[in-house]
Parts: sequence; structure tokens; C-alpha cells
Amino acid sequence: MKYVNEFRNGDIAAKLARVIANEVDSDRDYRLMEFCGGHTHAIFRFGIQDLMPGNVNFVHGPGCPVCVLPKGRIDNAIQLVQEHDVILCTYADLVRVPASKQMSLLKAKADGGDIRMVYSTQDALQIARQNPDRQVVFFAIGFETTTPPTAVAIQIASQEGLNNFSVFCNHVLTPPAMRHILQQDGDQSANIDGILGPSHVSTIIGSQAYAFCATEFDTPIVIAGFEPLDVMQSTLMLIRQLNSGSITVENEYTRVVTDEGNRKAQALMQEVFELRPTFEWRGLGLMPNSALQIRDTYAEWDAEQRFDIQEITSSDVKSCLCPAILRGLNKPTDCKLFGTVCTPENPMGACMVSSEGSCAAYWSYGRFRQPDSTAKQQERSA
Amino acid sequence: MCLAVPAIVTALNESSDTATVDLSGIQKDVSTVLVDDVNIGDYLLIHVGFALHKLSEEEAMSTLALFEELDIMNAKDSQAST
Amino acid sequence: MRPYSGKLDIKHGLVNMSHGSGGRAMAQLIEQIFMHHFDNELLRQHNDQAAFNVPAGRMVISTDAHVISPLFFPGGDIGSLSIHGTINDVCMSGAKPLYLSAAFIIEEGFPLSDLEQIVISMANASREAGVPVVTGDTKVVEKGNGDGVFITTTGVGIVPEGINITGDRACPGDVIILSGSIGDHGMAVLSSRENLSFETTLQSDSAALHGLVKRMVEVAPDIHCLRDPTRGGLATTLNELALQSSVGMMLDESSIPVKAAVMGACELLGLDPLYVANEGKLICICDAADADALLAAMREDSHGQDAAIIGKVIADEHHMVQMQTSFGGSRIVDWLASEQLPRIC
Repeated sequence: MKYVNEFRNGDIAAKLARVIANEVDSDRDYRLMEFCGGHTHAIFRFGIQDLMPGNVNFVHGPGCPVCVLPKGRIDNAIQLVQEHDVILCTYADLVRVPASKQMSLLKAKADGGDIRMVYSTQDALQIARQNPDRQVVFFAIGFETTTPPTAVAIQIASQEGLNNFSVFCNHVLTPPAMRHILQQDGDQSANIDGILGPSHVSTIIGSQAYAFCATEFDTPIVIAGFEPLDVMQSTLMLIRQLNSGSITVENEYTRVVTDEGNRKAQALMQEVFELRPTFEWRGLGLMPNSALQIRDTYAEWDAEQRFDIQEITSSDVKSCLCPAILRGLNKPTDCKLFGTVCTPENPMGACMVSSEGSCAAYWSYGRFRQPDSTAKQQERSA
Repeated sequence: MCLAVPAIVTALNESSDTATVDLSGIQKDVSTVLVDDVNIGDYLLIHVGFALHKLSEEEAMSTLALFEELDIMNAKDSQAST
Repeated sequence: MRPYSGKLDIKHGLVNMSHGSGGRAMAQLIEQIFMHHFDNELLRQHNDQAAFNVPAGRMVISTDAHVISPLFFPGGDIGSLSIHGTINDVCMSGAKPLYLSAAFIIEEGFPLSDLEQIVISMANASREAGVPVVTGDTKVVEKGNGDGVFITTTGVGIVPEGINITGDRACPGDVIILSGSIGDHGMAVLSSRENLSFETTLQSDSAALHGLVKRMVEVAPDIHCLRDPTRGGLATTLNELALQSSVGMMLDESSIPVKAAVMGACELLGLDPLYVANEGKLICICDAADADALLAAMREDSHGQDAAIIGKVIADEHHMVQMQTSFGGSRIVDWLASEQLPRIC
């Protein structure tokens, strides 16, 4: 695969690892937060932590839209199916997330709910066209990468007069969440030295959207590509910034990220959505101006209005450490439930059920159980 | 988050704002409504059935070129440590 | 003298409840579709069972129920799958498959033309493999109670003396060989599912592997384990074997063959090819001394041309399957928690 394989080259990885090892200052630690769940996934899938010197550690951030979606919103979606008999179209990532009363979209489907997994909003529109007598609701989640496709769908529905289609909007924004993490202090601070910025959110919002990390919080940020060499190169760039003391926004992912991002997509988002005054983020609490709702001009396609969706508050499982994990304060292995009660088959919190949640990544790729791992690593590098 | 992959444009359908892209032998029709000036042979970043951005081959090459310099960096370091 | 008259309207007809009731309609269905296409000496006896002599050796029996959706996919259908799948389960013991049975549960309203297409596919697969379907059963369930058709096939075979291939024989030091590329079947099926459609020339790899196994056993009678990585993919099957044998495994990612199109489809949907189903591949665990000879023999067979050594068995009290990534790091290849789903994140 062009522009993918070249960035997965193992020989170059080894060279990058050596350069990183040579350039780190052995007198300090480097705590680098990879904000985005996709980066968490890449780090584990490719075993990037293995290639880092001991004083470079990745701290996992909240950039996982499935992880931060409050339970109550899934409860709302299940309600739509059970009480209004809608066809609920959803990305597959959401179907196993635990909601209240031990329910999930998958269980609601087994119970007879008409829940359909789709790859794209285009598929949801098509389902609406094919079922003119049914209400079709698209369960929209995601950061800024996934928001423009939803905006397009709403516009198409409006142009076509597709009156049986509506969107349950749960889109959230990256800079406010980053700000929230950086603002924490005292024992709530994740003590991050630098940030690996999200790859694809940045194609939409542009690298300059993160300027505040450097200017307001004195934290270097490098927009990192999605492939493992991108992650390693970006790590090196952060290390260099920290060593030199020159703190700024850098862009490693120049092949698809520009300073200003995708203006067309931004304009479309502006046209269809507006800021919500506040929105609950699972594990992070209420955050102001951090999420989107559908504008009045498109109110007709807003499922929250069409179905008068009421907020459902719910609490997370006691002892579930997802909130602290999402903020980079704890590792999955610090959680009492991890691996005991909470497993991928029986997830207690979103960090375990989302494929890029930290807990799922730790579990699947085995970070917490390394039989003779140090010995084996020495063997391999000998 | 945001799984997105680069794929090459093999056909355009301007009337419907879609393009056919190829990823290692897989063909998919995607919406190009978010990107301007799409041509056959361009690489597009694809996410949930939409092209989000054109991939700059020039920039891709220069990122890869950075990696070429690693040999030089490594050689310098091993010289320095001897 | 037949209890029914006339021909089934296969082109336009539908299966209905009387086809399962044991009467004339059922006799007609069985005769004109099943008996007609499967046709062999034992079936022609028209008994409720098939009686045959068995050669010397240990008998092996295996059964598999097939519920795949969609029923027809690039490279096969539920019919050919049901024949190949059971032949493979039988021969993974080293056995020569002898006979098959096939039980059909058909949903009321299922088109006869589809049923015939599936049966023809089964008959072809069975004939090519030289393993006849000698007995069967048909039931019809009310509309809504089935997914078109479910097929259960059972197979019997004989293991020659001196062959002992079983999941608990893997030992540290053994070599792990894979017969070819992974993920072909799962991704070919996925490409024909609604809402995920993508165009591809990918075909299911569904195939009967008893010919390949025969070659392998001739060259190395003391093969320790054989298994075909079907549902759950290579990763799941290796984990099963590791647990059964109380060992660990260390794989080399760069040796695992994956077709470019499978890789592309997996990248597009966020799936891991290690967990995608295969229907025409096998895993072989053998003593290191036998590895080269086995690899050579496999590569001479049409179903083993891309055979490769993908790792080795190690001692590990946690019974984990680990992998050196082509990137240079390492990861654990865990059991599948539940069915892999496409993702956007």
C-alpha cells in the first residue's frame, strides 16, 4: 500500500530508535501524551514502546470518541429504537459499549431492535431512502475528522427533503479537550511534557489550531502521522524541542496536514453545527464549548428535537478507573477491575470496549503480561 | 481515532461528487465533496467513505527523505562515541 | 414407480412446508434436487442410512453446521463451504475422508433455484474431492425461523496406523508452518455484505485440503498438530493449540503471507487479518527436523504453494502467542474477544 508501507519500515524504525536513544537526556523523563486513540492503537500494534529508551513513556489521552461518549447518550439511542421503533444507523465501534442496566446496542439488537451497522453516513441516507415509512436516525459520533461527513449527510437530507432521516449528534472537539488536560494541576495533572497531536483531526482543523499548547501552556506539540514511523519521528521531534527548550507546534504529517487545514470542511461544519454550551464527557465531566449541536436552520434533521430526547444521567461502575485513565493520570493496570471483572468479553467501562481505548489496547497487545519479556528483548537485540 | 487510509483515484464522477479509489486492489466509491480539484492519479485520504484531503506526494517524499538522513545521523553518533 | 408426478418448477418454485413433511412433495424434492445431483451408489439404495465397509485404522468423525450469510459469495457458497469444511476437519487428524452426510434446514419461501445452485455446488465440491455425500436429511421451518438455509455436514474417515496428529502434541522447539495467505475468505465474504460493499477480485479460499494433508503425512508421518484456521482466524487457532498443548508461541509477522487486497480491505475497515476467517488453509506444527521436507512437499501442492514457516513453539506457562512485528517491536496475539467489527476509530 503506497504511502502506508514505506512508513512501516522496520529497518528505519531501528535507525530512528538508535537516534532517539542517543538524543535523550538520561537525566530526565519524557512523558509524552498521544492524544488520539488511533495513536494508542498504533503504539501497541507495532510495539513502539519496546523501541523507546526507558525514560520515554507514552501517556494515553482521551482522543477516543467512543470512550468519552456518556452512557446516557447510548441509553438515549436505545430508547429511540425501543420506544420509537426507529432504524438506528451506527458505526460498528459503538455496538458493544456498555450502557445502563447492562444494556448495549448489540443487546438491544438481539432484543429485536432495528440497529444497523454502517460504514458511512451515505449508507444511512440510503437506508432512509429505501425505507420511506420508517424513521431513520444516524448515531453521529467522532471528533472533527468524522464531523464533516455528518454535515454533508444533513445537507443532502435537506436538499432531498428526506424527511424520515435525522441525526443524533454527539460530535466533540479536540482543542477544548486538550486544553482541559493541560489545565489540570496538582494531583489532577498528568504532568505531560509534550503532546503527539492527532493525525486526521488535524487534516480538518489544521496545525495552527494547537498553537495554544505552546503559547499558553508551554507544552510542545507535534502533529504526528498515523503510521509507526510517523509516531517515532514525531517523538524524536518532541524530544528535540524539550532538550532545546524551544517550544512550538510542529507538523510531522505534512503530507496531509497543513497550517490551516481543510477550509471547505470547516465551512461546512460551521454551516450545519454550532457549539453546545456544555457537554458531558465520560470520565472528564462537563466541559464548556467542547461539543456540537445542529443549528436551527437544520433543526428538522435534529433527532434530539424530533424525538424530544431527554438527558439521562448515569454513573459509571464504582472502581472503574476510566476517568483517570482518560486523563492520563493512571494506567489500566492501576485499575482494580482490569483483567479481573473487566475484560474485553465483559467490559465495565468504555476504555475496555473501544478497540483503541487504553485498556483494550493493553489487554489485546499484552502490555501487562510479559513472560520473560526483558530476557527475550535482550535475546532479540543480541 | 479516525482511521483513514490513502488511496489512489482511478475514476471520477463529477456529477455525483464521487470518485472511485483503489487501495491495493480494493475499489471503493467515495464522496469527494470535501476536497477540491480531484484528478485521476491523485492520492486521497479516505475516512468513512469520504475523501478528507489530498495527499501531497511532494511532502510524503520529503518526510521519507528525512529518514534517509538517519544513516548519516547514526554514523555521526557512532563516530562521536568512539 | 414414484409417489409423485411431474417435475419441480425449479426456476420459479419456492420451498414450502409440505417439502419437509415426509410426503410426496418431500420425496419429489429429494429425488429431483438432492438425489439427482449427489447421485452415487450408496444414495441410490434409497435407505435412511448408508452402510459400508471400513478399511483398517482408527475411524474419525467430524461435524459442522454452516450458517453463513450471505449464502453466495465470491469463490463459493454455503454449499461448497459445507463440503470443504467437514472434509478439512476430518483430514486435520491425518485421516483420509471417506463419506459425508448432509442435513438441510430450509426456510419456507426459499427459492428452489437457489437451493439447486447450492446443491450443485456441493455435488461438484464432493466429486472433485472424491468424497461422496451418502446420506442426508431435509427439514423445512416456517418463514422467519431460518436464514434461508442452514446446512450441517458430518464426515467420516480413517487414520492410518502410526499417525497421531492431535492438538496437544506441540512442544517447545517445534516449527509452525502456514499453508498460504490469510484472510482471503473473510474479506471476500465481507465484500459482498450490504453497507460494506467494496469492489474486489478477492475470492474465498474455500478448498478441500485432504490431498495436501496426504502429501504432508507421506513426507513426515510424525506431524504433531494440524488445524485449519476458520472462524476467528489464525490468531484464534494458534491460541487454541497453545492452550491445548500447554505451550507458548513466537511468530514472525513478516513471514505471514497476506495478499495485498486483503491488507487493503483490512486497512480500510480497521480489521486485523490475523483474526479473519480462512476456509482453505492449514496450520502445521512439526518437529524442526521435519520442517524443510514438509515445506517442500506443501509447495508442490496447489493448496500449499505459498506455504511458509511463520514461527516456533516455545515454553511459556502463560500459553501466550506472541509476535515479533515486522516493525521490530513485539506484541501479544490474543484470543478474539468477540467477532471483529469494522471501526472508524
